[in-house]
Amino acid sequence: MPKARHKYLLDFERPLAELEEKLEEMRRLGSGAEDLADQVADLAARVEELRGSIYQNLTRWQRVQIARHPLRPYTLDYIDALTTGFFELRGDRLFADDPAIVSGFATFRGSVSGYINRTVLVVGHQKGRNTKERQYRRFGMPNPEGYRKAGRLMRLASRYGKPILCLLDTPGAYPGMEAESRGQAEAIAHNLLVMSRLRVPIIVVIIGEGASGGALGIGQGDRMLMLENAWYSVIAPESCSSILWRSWDFKEEAARALRLTATDLQEVGIIDTIIPEPVGGAHRDPRATMTAVRDAVGAAMKEVSALDIDTLLRERQRRFDAVGIFTEDTS
Amino acid sequence: MAWFNRKKKGILTARHERIDVPAGHWVKCPRCAQVSNRRELDQSLWVCTKCEHHLRFGAERYLSLLFDEARFTQHDTDLRSKDPLTFTDRKAYAKRLRVASQKTGLNAAVLAATGKVGGHPASVAAMDFSFIGGSMGSVVGEIVARAIRRAVEHQLTLIIVSQSGGARMMEGALSLLQLTKTTSNLALLKERGLPYISVLTHPTTGGVTASFAMLGDINIAEPGALIGFAGPRVIRETIGQDLPTGFQSAEFLQDHGFVDAIVDRRQLKRSLVHLLDLILEP
Ligand SMILES: [Zn+2]
Repeated sequence: MPKARHKYLLDFERPLAELEEKLEEMRRLGSGAEDLADQVADLAARVEELRGSIYQNLTRWQRVQIARHPLRPYTLDYIDALTTGFFELRGDRLFADDPAIVSGFATFRGSVSGYINRTVLVVGHQKGRNTKERQYRRFGMPNPEGYRKAGRLMRLASRYGKPILCLLDTPGAYPGMEAESRGQAEAIAHNLLVMSRLRVPIIVVIIGEGASGGALGIGQGDRMLMLENAWYSVIAPESCSSILWRSWDFKEEAARALRLTATDLQEVGIIDTIIPEPVGGAHRDPRATMTAVRDAVGAAMKEVSALDIDTLLRERQRRFDAVGIFTEDTS
Repeated sequence: MAWFNRKKKGILTARHERIDVPAGHWVKCPRCAQVSNRRELDQSLWVCTKCEHHLRFGAERYLSLLFDEARFTQHDTDLRSKDPLTFTDRKAYAKRLRVASQKTGLNAAVLAATGKVGGHPASVAAMDFSFIGGSMGSVVGEIVARAIRRAVEHQLTLIIVSQSGGARMMEGALSLLQLTKTTSNLALLKERGLPYISVLTHPTTGGVTASFAMLGDINIAEPGALIGFAGPRVIRETIGQDLPTGFQSAEFLQDHGFVDAIVDRRQLKRSLVHLLDLILEP
């Protein structure tokens, strides 16, 4: 592993990286030497064993860390890889544009036969890669303008009969004074209302973080797909820790309690498809990740596009109505 | 407080009468420190007679206040939370639920009922902050959604009285998706052209504001109610400065265009009936 990547290592990955480094060095020193070959093979086996034990037993908090990895692919990376001719459309026509959400029409380059080259509207949260960009994108935390822009374009897509692909990656809607003054809650609520009746298929993919109403505001539809290491919940683990434990120190416990991983959510019927990631996370092999997402999105698009619109809306409503676990004693 | 005439499949027909509270119970106004006895407060609908501060008013009281002669039929009283995640923080969610039920006598943070409001048939859901902060989990979402569907099915006016800290964290993503469940049913109601009046009371924040509470055809708020998406503490921590007085108050929301009218609780029934008479003119 190159040294430069060390600064991006997550704490639980360090022991593995150290062992990998040692292995590399031994390989470099001992190329040809008979007696070293056994040791190299031995170490290589230990590396694989450790890799397996780390990545096959990721805790929920570790997955949250992977979902937030600074090298993880973001919405624009997916747009680059999965579509051509992306035409970005900006502004809510009321107040401003919000770079924390990007949206536009593009040709989806599918791999599933019967769904190869189709115009879609892509809507996604966008984070930044460096300090300047992060501030510009407000860490992927939208203001009301972002939701209103998304709502405007989704209605447009519905008018044009173009399916919608939503890519979720946000730590939450921005909790600021201006956001409140301009109606953050109303902006999100209005999108929920609109999206439930849009007369085109909506495919949602949680690619990184899916926190709270901030994610939901551009993220409900006919199929919910989720990357293996993404997380999705009603609140971020840190905030949950702060509210319920009255301390920021219980984020790991909160992550566990919230059951925010893809498998957790598939168990309660919220997620339809888990998209596998390369070992170590999407950033370790972005190309493989993109291919997996393309296949899964294409399959989902093909499936829902086969339905006539009224059936699609009825099934959407049924999905929305079905979520919830409670008892009802009618004896 | 209520006499129940029959109970069948979660339906209660009740006639609520003013209870005779012993005058000896004293309550201090949190704003002006005026001390009133409970009988006086009951008469003023728990609005401080000195400073007009609106003290907490529970779901059952709102139902009695809004329905004509305090007569209504309650629905879905048998729904109960199930602790789907076996959630534990400093306390187990299962225990929180038990304690909340014992303390409040409620099964959920919302009550739903049908009856007449100013003679207009209405479906009303009223939330109750005293039950785990009025938070919305699977049960609240389901009861609200059914109250909306009931309005659609029987062509009723919908009134929802909100009072909530937001989505119920202890049900994780399941509670988040109650925003979807409630709003999608509202969309159906709106397509049918049925009126929906949202009454926002103190406090209405988080997922409830970001779903049905902000989506009234007409949004009415009680004076001084805290209404917002993010809580003030979160905003303060994010921006690192104190918030101006009145920020996120009902009056602030009205100034910014998100609330149609601010109505004193003592005028609420009269105002709603006035509005419904105008809208539902035959
Ligand atoms: Zn007072």
